[in-house]
Amino acid sequence: MTRGVTPSQTIGPFFHRALLHEGWNDLAARGAAGERVAIEGRVLDGDGAPVTDAMIEVWQANVAGRYDRPEDLQENKPLDPNFHGFGRTATGPDGSFRLRTVKPGPVPGSGDAPQAPHINVSIFARGLLKRLVTRIYFPAEPLNETDPLLTALPTDRRATLIARVADAGAAERVLHFEIVLQGDNETVFLDV
Amino acid sequence: MSTLPGYRRTAEGVDPPYDHGAYTSTHKRAPRHSPIRIAHTLSEITGPRLGAELVSATDADLTHFAGGEALGERIVVTGRVLDEDERPVSNALVEIWQANSAGRYAHDVDQHDAPLDPHFSGVGRVATGADGVYRFATIKPAAYPWKNHFNAWRPQHIHFSLFGPGFATRLITQMYFPGDPLLKIDPIYLSVPDPAARERLVCAFDIEATVPERALGYRFDIVLRGRGATPLERDLGGDAR
Repeated sequence: MTRGVTPSQTIGPFFHRALLHEGWNDLAARGAAGERVAIEGRVLDGDGAPVTDAMIEVWQANVAGRYDRPEDLQENKPLDPNFHGFGRTATGPDGSFRLRTVKPGPVPGSGDAPQAPHINVSIFARGLLKRLVTRIYFPAEPLNETDPLLTALPTDRRATLIARVADAGAAERVLHFEIVLQGDNETVFLDV
Repeated sequence: MSTLPGYRRTAEGVDPPYDHGAYTSTHKRAPRHSPIRIAHTLSEITGPRLGAELVSATDADLTHFAGGEALGERIVVTGRVLDEDERPVSNALVEIWQANSAGRYAHDVDQHDAPLDPHFSGVGRVATGADGVYRFATIKPAAYPWKNHFNAWRPQHIHFSLFGPGFATRLITQMYFPGDPLLKIDPIYLSVPDPAARERLVCAFDIEATVPERALGYRFDIVLRGRGATPLERDLGGDAR
């Protein structure tokens, strides 16, 4: 017998005390291997106004391109005991958010095509009856040219998934990733 | 190399649309482009697994806080977290939050003119057992007004956040109570197109879960997407199991 799936409902505006925890916005805090990257961004609505009550979650592979789950059977790549790949934060009064992590390695996609390094993102907010899903890709990454998802997108929308270099002079790399929910430059969202 | 298959697509009418005119906050937040459907790769098949290590013994009891007893009607909410094939989702984190018995959240943004209860935080978490069962004790939340339209009131509800086995199975939802007259006019509840799916958001009174002399019991099972019946086509370029 099969059971029907429970429907999604909005996170609403009152989730912060339940869902936000100290340190969950820094995936690299425990000495993970790999290049540190800060990701700063904003969430904007269809008027270009900041979305001040969004929750952002990320899930990614480690520096070797392996996910910290038994379902990832790539035994030729090491796990990192100091990196688990999950993070969570929320936007502030100006719609901004900040995460710190390491750059993931490439993971395989359908067929033999390697996927370019990417971070999987969920966006929850009041007014979103189910989460939005997107991906953060890295700038100047050669594998972007052959990534199965990026290459399937119209050129003008592809750029919405690639983070920009925000502060080239910083000690740790800082990237900017804007999430536009609606309108011109609307971010590409994924149905997973 | 072999891998697990991806997850089934949720049936039409189960999840709400992004653009739902009766819910005003969707107007400027719903994307205009349809999300692009992608085949499940390791990125979607795997997902964070958060469980009992994050939960302390007191996190499942919201009926007292800061040295005192919360006001209101005590209830127990229990159920199983399952997938579509009734396989239990074990050792999985369930996070909950809710208004108090006066209809007020302990949250800076909530300006509703109803009293806060210093002994009710409205926040809890539990981990499911090996059989997928979770259980928490709380206070029945009250309805409260919101500014979606004139004289708009949210039905009594508790927010739930869950992780299934993969990134693709992540779910945030709301549990409602049986017989609530506001369900018939609540734009958020009614955003679920399929009436049968909508009813899965309503818990059921359960005398078996009721604690004598203490609390009424309600049962609420949560069903997450099941594994696909067939392995992904040439997933990882190998012979899929």
